Amino acid sequence: MLTIKNLHASIEGTPILRGINLEVKAGEVHAIMGPNGSGKSTLASVLAGREEYEVTEGEVIFQGKDLLELAPEDRAREGVFLAFQYPVEIPGVSTTNFLRTAVNQVREYRGLPALDAVKFLSVMKEKMKLVEIDQKLLSRSLNEGFSGGEKKRNEIFQMAMLEPTLSILDETDSGLDIDALRIVSNGVNKLKSDKTATIVVTHYQRLLDYIVPDFVHVLYNGRIVKSGTKELAMELEEKGYDWIKEEVNAASV
Amino acid sequence: MSKDNKILEELTSKDYEHGWSVNLEADEAPIGLNEDIIRWISAKKEEPEWLLEWRLKAFNNWLTMTEPVWANVHYPKIDLQGLRYYSAPKKSNKPKSLDEIDPELLQIYERLGINLNEQKRLQGIAVDAVLDSVSVGTTFKETLSKLGIIFCSFSEAVHEHPELVKKYLGSVVPMTDNYYAALNSAVFSDGSFCYIPSGVRCPMELSTYFRINAANTGQFERTLIVADEGSYVSYLEGCTAPKRDENQLHAAVVEIYAAKNAEVKYSTVQNWYPGDKSGKGGIYNFVTKRGICAGDHSKISWTQVETGSAVTWKYPSCILKGDYSIGEFYSVAVTNNYQQADTGTKMIHIGKNTRSRIVSKGISAGKSQNSYRGQVQVMKRASNARNFSQCDSLLMGDRCGAHTFPYIDIQNPTAKVEHEATTSKIGEDQLFYCNQRGISTEDAVALIVNGYAKEVLNQLPMEFAVEAQKLLALTLEGSVG
Ligand SMILES: Nc1ncnc2c1ncn2[C@@H]1O[C@H](COP(=O)(O)OP(=O)(O)O)[C@@H](O)[C@H]1O
Ligand SMILES: [Mg+2]
Repeated sequence: MLTIKNLHASIEGTPILRGINLEVKAGEVHAIMGPNGSGKSTLASVLAGREEYEVTEGEVIFQGKDLLELAPEDRAREGVFLAFQYPVEIPGVSTTNFLRTAVNQVREYRGLPALDAVKFLSVMKEKMKLVEIDQKLLSRSLNEGFSGGEKKRNEIFQMAMLEPTLSILDETDSGLDIDALRIVSNGVNKLKSDKTATIVVTHYQRLLDYIVPDFVHVLYNGRIVKSGTKELAMELEEKGYDWIKEEVNAASV
Repeated sequence: MSKDNKILEELTSKDYEHGWSVNLEADEAPIGLNEDIIRWISAKKEEPEWLLEWRLKAFNNWLTMTEPVWANVHYPKIDLQGLRYYSAPKKSNKPKSLDEIDPELLQIYERLGINLNEQKRLQGIAVDAVLDSVSVGTTFKETLSKLGIIFCSFSEAVHEHPELVKKYLGSVVPMTDNYYAALNSAVFSDGSFCYIPSGVRCPMELSTYFRINAANTGQFERTLIVADEGSYVSYLEGCTAPKRDENQLHAAVVEIYAAKNAEVKYSTVQNWYPGDKSGKGGIYNFVTKRGICAGDHSKISWTQVETGSAVTWKYPSCILKGDYSIGEFYSVAVTNNYQQADTGTKMIHIGKNTRSRIVSKGISAGKSQNSYRGQVQVMKRASNARNFSQCDSLLMGDRCGAHTFPYIDIQNPTAKVEHEATTSKIGEDQLFYCNQRGISTEDAVALIVNGYAKEVLNQLPMEFAVEAQKLLALTLEGSVG
């Protein structure tokens, strides 16, 4: 579904991603871990098409299409979803109104008729259950004054509404208490199918108890320096990242 | 070119939708301005002697006045002698009923989405349509007159209700008030008049739709609204003009009088031609709007959505004379390309326990300049006066400007005046977030701007609010990336 080949990206001339290779197949869950500042959010942003980042080398193929050629909104319409590490506030625009615009633009792109207000509300009701989100929250201004947990839950709710093929969750676990973590993870798990894939960015093993990854990758200094299965996440939890840094640094000398 | 600028360039391409004009045979005054022209206009309208006197007095006052220069707007000097002060489509010759209005005139309004045919009109809105210098028709007159409501063109009011016109004309905006108001008083051609008798709640929205069609003609209309004791009316004003390379002058006066317990809501969606992308052409909109809450417990509320005009100079104001009276001003002013707007309000607290509320939302894009200018004045005897002002500015791109000029003058120590101001930019973050959900940049801008202006848009009557939302999006189409 997704093939990343030798991806290099920089911001304002500073290289951040320095040769990422990754293959994600339908039905898989990949976890990307790594110390702060290693480039995890950058990778997520580059995949979603944030323009501040300049791709200097490499390619990304998503379902046979050159992802890097597409405008950010078209990537979303093709089925790429990013749950933001820091969701943005939009004053005066309710989540409901926001999502109605989004869902209908995505539907239009996919050649589906727009959902009228009644239909839309019934779909919304159904998806609300998935992440146990309150209707009241959805009629408030998007993310404005939301708690950290509410913002994250709202991201997953949006994911449910947009039915993406590839979901990238950037530190969705941060700011969630243990109950919310369980609810949000359950939501993500219910949305999984053999036609969709998930990339989970986190630096805690805890989330991976709920969303069980097929593969775990360690990102360090803009490169994937180690890949493994969920046991790797356990090992990282136990030993931290220092041993990986040492390994990498030793190899580069 | 930076990315921002590139997108700005790409997107500032939307054309003004109402930029067409129609060749109508017109009854015109000769070009120029002098006493003879004023006599000509007055004679054309078969006005009583007192009104001609009033005009001439205004004209002589105007001759002694100079154009105000304090506003934060810049434009070449207007050649007031090069303008025509009266132009009426020949066909409008006093239709007795709507059926007699020339179809060609009706068509002009239909093209603008205004249907003067009562059967086809949405229930709930009565319209007075003003083309160039004259009113071409007023709908639902009979329905309204059953309630004692007078809603007609200004000229008609002069003939049919001279006592009312004489009593209130110039009572809120004196003819000597300012340069443009004096000019208007001398040469005004038509406009709307509205009287709501005591205790009557006007059952429908009243609206005036102004359209400039003729070239090289100034439009000087006057609106006078009188709400007698305990009455209520909601009034709407809309305006458009053809695209022309030269600038055109629009200098209107609106007066509102609210007696004891009366309430008037006045909403404007101003969409005069703003000029082209390079700043050529467009309307100079120099308007004096003022209401007086004359009686206790009266209320006047101004709501404006200002999207058009090359230069806007406009400060709808409230004189809070009655005790416990309330003044409100809700404004969204959008400027794009080379537009300049200097707009705001004055709240003058005279009565005790008076309250005012100002919510101003400026949006600047392109190379435009957008200024809020507001005055809150609390007089000596206005004990317990309250004012709350919220002035927000939203910038798109880095070539436009937003300015706020609040003036506060308090002469009573019990007054409470609060002023809040914010300036923000449509963030890359917000746009990217919307894009990531599949929303195009254009629609994202519309969404964000409408969210920003929501508190003001919510004040508009439903049908108007939808129009205003579309207009905001249209005005800003292509202003950010
Ligand atoms: N907008 C930016 N400007 C400059 N440096 C940035 C910007 N965004 C990220 N970086 C830098 O890129 C590196 C990777 O950041 P990020 O991808 O957010 O890391 P992670 O998500 O793994 O914590 C960090 O060193 C960070 O400081
Ligand atoms: Mg991060």
